Amino acid sequence: MGLKADGLSIGDSYSEVIVEDLTRTQIVQYAGASGDYNPVHSDEKFVTEVAGYPTVFAHGMLTMGMTGRMLTNYVGDGRLTYYGVRFVNQVWPGDTLTARAEVSEVREENGQTLIDLAISTTNQDEKFVLTGNATARVD
Amino acid sequence: MAVERFPVEASHILMFARSIGDSNPIYSDATHASDTEVGSIIAPPTFAQASAQFDPDYFLRPKDGQKWFGSGGTASGTLSQNEDKADSKSDDKKSGSSAGGLHAEQHFTYHRHLKPGDVLSAENKPGESWEKESKRAGVLKFSESITEYRDQNGELVVTARSVGVVTEKVIEQ
Repeated sequence: MGLKADGLSIGDSYSEVIVEDLTRTQIVQYAGASGDYNPVHSDEKFVTEVAGYPTVFAHGMLTMGMTGRMLTNYVGDGRLTYYGVRFVNQVWPGDTLTARAEVSEVREENGQTLIDLAISTTNQDEKFVLTGNATARVD
Repeated sequence: MAVERFPVEASHILMFARSIGDSNPIYSDATHASDTEVGSIIAPPTFAQASAQFDPDYFLRPKDGQKWFGSGGTASGTLSQNEDKADSKSDDKKSGSSAGGLHAEQHFTYHRHLKPGDVLSAENKPGESWEKESKRAGVLKFSESITEYRDQNGELVVTARSVGVVTEKVIEQ
């Protein structure tokens, strides 16, 4: 089930809290599932002493993955035709993130109705951690 | 990333969906999925990135017989004991490049969604590279790469565009 085009207007939005109090364990879980074992995401000794960061931080792709959940909950399963983001700030253990999508365009292409969405994910300080765009097929 | 054979498997999709905190049954329950529009389990939108698991040369995975740059007895397995102590908390913050750079952008174009049983191959093409000056991180060196994922029939299923950045200084908030 997708969204219905005739009920949609530019400026409509949808948001979800995608993680509360992000844990180091979830970051490790993502490392294992994705195969990205960069020690900056799980190795406190390496990240503080060698890489010079205050502590471990989340993979950008974890934030993109969690933001993708908000998107598919909004537009429906299998409906995305494009999803792209910029990672604008780091995500740290303890962060609570809210992801939001806003309809920026409703259009027809090759006989399909598509919506363009502007996406942003913010942390508990209302700082942007991710911005991006998506396109989805609607009914 | 270049990958010869990336078999998309249900258990991998399940683990990946768990790791992003997504309990949508479309990622794990074949019975539920068969009654939906997509008709089968599919993979979450960012799953193609897990092709790293099938890249034999992926540099962010420890490999048998090779030193790993994360900590073991010392802070980094690729530094000697002495270097390790000397550079701890040294005066200048080190380049973010010690960790191979940071991920700046990621884009996916879906020609169709991935499902268990697909056997993908991925071909990598270098893209543009450019530099930018930033107050927070000094000179930023960006480089782009395009990955085309094709299925067992040679059909293009996902096109990924990734932008990496190497920063002059460590970025802190």
